[in-house]
Amino acid sequence: MAPRKSTRRQKLEEAALYPLDWVEERSGIVGGVKYFLFRNVPRDISWPQTLGSATLTAFIVQTVTGVILAMYYKPDPNSAYESIQHITHDLTLGWLVRGMHRWGASVFIILMFFHMARVFLYGSYKYPRELTWIVGVVLLVLGMLEGFTGYLLPWDNTAYWATVVGINLNGTAPFLGPFIAQFLSGGASIGADTLAKWYSLHMLIVPGAIIGLITLHLWLVIRLGVSSPPWSKDAAGTERPPAEPGGREGLVRPAPRGSEDD
Amino acid sequence: MPPPSLWPIGFAVGIACLLVGLVLSWVVTGVGAALAAVFALLWVRDLTREVSGAAPHVEPERRAAAEEEEAEAAAEPKAKAYPRSVFLEGATLGLGGVIGGLVTVPVLGFTVLPSFTNQKDHDIELGPLSEFTEGEFVIATYMEDPAEGEVTRRTVFVRNNGRLKGQPSFTIMFSRCVHLGCPVQPNGPIFEERAKKLDNGKQTVELRPSQPAGFGCPCHGGQYDTEGNRTAGPPVRALDRLEFSIRDGKLWIGKHFSVGHVEGTGADARIKKYGLMTPGVHVDGIEAWLYPIGVPH
Repeated sequence: MAPRKSTRRQKLEEAALYPLDWVEERSGIVGGVKYFLFRNVPRDISWPQTLGSATLTAFIVQTVTGVILAMYYKPDPNSAYESIQHITHDLTLGWLVRGMHRWGASVFIILMFFHMARVFLYGSYKYPRELTWIVGVVLLVLGMLEGFTGYLLPWDNTAYWATVVGINLNGTAPFLGPFIAQFLSGGASIGADTLAKWYSLHMLIVPGAIIGLITLHLWLVIRLGVSSPPWSKDAAGTERPPAEPGGREGLVRPAPRGSEDD
Repeated sequence: MPPPSLWPIGFAVGIACLLVGLVLSWVVTGVGAALAAVFALLWVRDLTREVSGAAPHVEPERRAAAEEEEAEAAAEPKAKAYPRSVFLEGATLGLGGVIGGLVTVPVLGFTVLPSFTNQKDHDIELGPLSEFTEGEFVIATYMEDPAEGEVTRRTVFVRNNGRLKGQPSFTIMFSRCVHLGCPVQPNGPIFEERAKKLDNGKQTVELRPSQPAGFGCPCHGGQYDTEGNRTAGPPVRALDRLEFSIRDGKLWIGKHFSVGHVEGTGADARIKKYGLMTPGVHVDGIEAWLYPIGVPH
């Protein structure tokens, strides 16, 4: 039995929730968020199933810090290196945001691999979640492409020569390799336009694709639900027992209940 | 009123083609103008058919009062065969596709083509022949395109081989490692005290004499002898070379080319010459079959 609420508290709650109700009535967004957040999951899932949202969090950190770094970075061969020195040494907290972006990149990649390992070892890629796995593999490739394109941007000797090697590695692919290499370097060799091209790839094209595919990936997760671990004793497709009366239902006020409160 | 026709759509396509052509080329403009003219003519002919006297072809109306139900039943499948909504759906998708294509194709072209077009080797003046002692390597660094700046700085190893049948002979090797493109370094002393910076009017070229026993790459340990042949490590061919010319007693470098293998040394060397290829790509042997199409440089 839920504790009875005082009239004052009820009125307060109503006032606080009014804007949410307003939005919900017009857009259905609150219901959508509820649908996303308050899903049924198997009772025996645990920390390993949080690796996906950890990866998502790492990506969001990369997005936010990257957007802010873009306010100060200059993708021009003559000023790129200096602009990064400026961010790191002159601007207040610039070292922190750049550090978050730099180390966060590794965290993002590592978490992607952990997440993939969890899905693989738990067999969660099996029917009906094959498409989720395929989208995830594309996301892994795009994530590594982010790392590859971002590596050039500091425009120091490590960045430059690692990128030369990376481009020429692509160049050794049979048949189309030399064309891929020449496309990536924007000409026969790295020139004045290459840095800006990679910057555009790094901050617009690849992240755009990643955001789109993450949306699809998440939609598939919501639609298909989370799989039970292989050692689960619950039979697949077990219905959740009915919610306890008075239990929390979500963000908005629960529908008016019947007489059980009185 | 004449029945609706498709001519205006053709006319619109022609006009669009003409406008795009104004940006792209006169040929496209011409094609667009021709399309627009032809379809305009057809459209006008269609519209003025009544005026010009030709008997318009009119579908006979069928309205049998007695067999109304039957007529309706007969009309129904005909209406279903191509209803207005299907036409509108097709028109929306079709026109959307055309507009999308008109926008996408030039953008895609601009994404890809600049990397492959207008790629020319610049001829660059390195310095007077007297700077290149016979039998000695000179490390020359220069900017491939001074207008683009330091990002185009390149290094070549130049050796004066003396004369071959009365003609001057030079070995000029590009420092780009043919494994994965790192900068190859000379294995031997560099005579910094004899280094020179020569201004040729367009840029300053740096010349540093050296006495290498070979060349080595710092990245993955590829090793080459003084002819550019691989002696150890992962490279798949000999070092790339450059053509040269001599103008007014000065050495100029020209086009880059790739080299399979070099037989012999110095002026007597016999070189298997190929078009410039990406590092790491075989130019000879069975592996070269994997790279049948060279990239236009």
